[in-house]
Amino acid sequence: MAAPDFEIPQFQEHAVLDIPKIKEGAMSHIKSFVAGQSAQEYLGYPWELGENWKERAIERMGEVLKKYRSVRVFLDACVHCGACTDKCHYYLGTADPKNMPVARQELMRKVYRRYFTFGGKYFPWLVGAEDLTEEVLNDWYNYYHECSECRRCSVFCPYGIDTAEITMAGREILNYVGMGQKYSNEILVKVQKVGNNLGLPGPALEDTLAGLEEDIEADTGVPVKLPLDQKGAEILLVTPSADFFSEPHVESLIGYAKVFHAAGASWTLSSLASEAGNFGLFNGNYETMRKVAMRIRDAALELGVKRIIVGECGHAWRVAYSYWNTLTGIGYGGEDPYSQMLQKQLDHRYPQPMHICEYTWDLIQKGVLKFDKSKNDHRIITFHDSCNVARASRMGNEPGGQFTIPRNIIRAVANNFYDMDPNTIGESTYCCGGGGGLLTDDLMEVRVKGALPRMNAFNAVVQQNGVNFLALICAICKAQFTKVFPYYGFDMSMVGGVHQLVSTAIELD
Amino acid sequence: MSTLTIIYTVLFYVATLVFIGGLAYRIYEYTRTPAPLKIPTTPAPTTSAGVVYRMAREVVFFESLFKSNKWIWVFGWLFHFGLLLVLLRHIRYFQEPVWFWVEFLQPYGKYASFMMVVGLLGLWARRFLVDRVRYISTPSDHLMLALLVGIGVSGMMMTFVAHTDIVALKAFVLGLMFFDWQPLPADPFLLIHLGLVAVLMIVFPVSKLLHAPGIFFSPSRNQVDNPRERRHIAPWAAALEREQA
Repeated sequence: MAAPDFEIPQFQEHAVLDIPKIKEGAMSHIKSFVAGQSAQEYLGYPWELGENWKERAIERMGEVLKKYRSVRVFLDACVHCGACTDKCHYYLGTADPKNMPVARQELMRKVYRRYFTFGGKYFPWLVGAEDLTEEVLNDWYNYYHECSECRRCSVFCPYGIDTAEITMAGREILNYVGMGQKYSNEILVKVQKVGNNLGLPGPALEDTLAGLEEDIEADTGVPVKLPLDQKGAEILLVTPSADFFSEPHVESLIGYAKVFHAAGASWTLSSLASEAGNFGLFNGNYETMRKVAMRIRDAALELGVKRIIVGECGHAWRVAYSYWNTLTGIGYGGEDPYSQMLQKQLDHRYPQPMHICEYTWDLIQKGVLKFDKSKNDHRIITFHDSCNVARASRMGNEPGGQFTIPRNIIRAVANNFYDMDPNTIGESTYCCGGGGGLLTDDLMEVRVKGALPRMNAFNAVVQQNGVNFLALICAICKAQFTKVFPYYGFDMSMVGGVHQLVSTAIELD
Repeated sequence: MSTLTIIYTVLFYVATLVFIGGLAYRIYEYTRTPAPLKIPTTPAPTTSAGVVYRMAREVVFFESLFKSNKWIWVFGWLFHFGLLLVLLRHIRYFQEPVWFWVEFLQPYGKYASFMMVVGLLGLWARRFLVDRVRYISTPSDHLMLALLVGIGVSGMMMTFVAHTDIVALKAFVLGLMFFDWQPLPADPFLLIHLGLVAVLMIVFPVSKLLHAPGIFFSPSRNQVDNPRERRHIAPWAAALEREQA
């Protein structure tokens, strides 16, 4: 870890942070790298501000307002009550007032008012309306890339205003005028050209999986397989590509493989759909998100699978659970021929798609899996609810299953589990600080400071309960905490996946 | 008929038209704009009945606000429910004979005005005292509070200090409703009160007061959490699909 050129925030004694006094401009120096020509061109956007960028921006805003009720209602409904002002982890960690959800929305709202409302057209000074200038546009760029679209503010807003929707609209408009973000847009190119966010080609994937099979057999003596592109398999597993290459992600991949093995399931990975992640979500462009999602549908049709299961990834699960049926017809209840084609192929006895945690918990309840919990006894575990799983999706049949199912799995495979402060988990969970397209080194200061509320609550259970393992179900959370833990004096080996715990305790024959 | 009566008569017709027409147009706009994706803030109800229950908790108890900030919740709830009782009490000026439950609410409605004004002053104080709220407050936020406090206080002056000619006022209001115009009592508090109410009605459809209809259209609160069971698709997205098929 290079020495940081910014101050690392200090822990506080209580698990829940005090609200800082505002410090204007505290984070205005942070600007994520702007995307270059090739990525922008591939995604169909310009790569520099043209002469008429302002007209284009306003035009795009008008289109978004017609297509998205969320944006229209959210821009109108805010009363500036202040309920959200202390809810964003980036505000709590940076004290920059433009990181308060309402102020982040206001960056767009003031422009919306100026060009689309009566008050703003005729009395701009009265209602806080402002012309769209290059300065405002730069503010958009900075602060719409200091939002992880985690939806925590939407839980606490009396009207359910979700800043993520505004951030997404803001990024879409920025892209449209030629100010895309390098990190997210290059990933969107890689996933469409190569098949995954890491840009990992098929043969490399094959090698990796073969290597993992050897490792598992050497470790357990059991020939657990990780099949790739196996036609006629019952289950297609779609997982974030980090699971193939990164630590600790790969430990969870081994965990999924062991679960499938123990259940005697016929399953496969796909080289075409070797990525569950869909950064189209972060950019708020429906068509891009749909194109990326179509890879899954294509792979499912090509391999003829009956079930689709998604690995540990937060935003991927949001897209899979909430959007796949809309975007690609994976799910049920579609009356159009387009979605019915796929729906005929899928097995109606199971929800489609299914989360790997739903699958594993189901098997545990049926008594199919056997565990030696004591193998996890060296770990004292806590669980971090990932934002997109917690507030934008579900597991199981009951609301809130996304909170109980992963915890149930942990309790079934390990003896030592402690939850963090109730104000920092469940629907109130704090983002890891690296979600929504912020997981890039050029935003390290934002990521470290944004992680403070979560790190502070984590530190509290470390002090009180001796916790030494943070269990996760999100590839971004895993990558973010691995990177950020050392800044706060923790060892990165304390970070891991829920299926890593499953992997440790599962008994194979 | 006095000039004053004519001005207020015209003012109220204009205000009513703007209020109803403007609001209807906004609601039409919200209805017409699709929500292309399923974005309920979860955990969310899995049935429509559940959504009605969730929305009712939001509208009646301000559930999310309660989770969020107890001070805003206390003042906001005092104001809104004070206002509701006060409005219900005012039904008596629009009908003859008066419904029994409006009669019943009359004393409560009178004192609810204190709830209303205390709530407003509390919310206003936060705009000065809390640095975060001060940062986000615009001139129109202060003016809106001033307007509502003005309406409340001028009304209370007539209820508790200097009574106005209620019988003549009621004749004026019924006259407006049945196009049989009657003189308006030239009482300063009444004129202030009615003038401010007319302003409120006129700004309603072009201001943040749109939070009232807005909440019912908020996709994060009004959607059913059933994306795996039912395919949800917006008309423009379906058209896109046909184009690319």
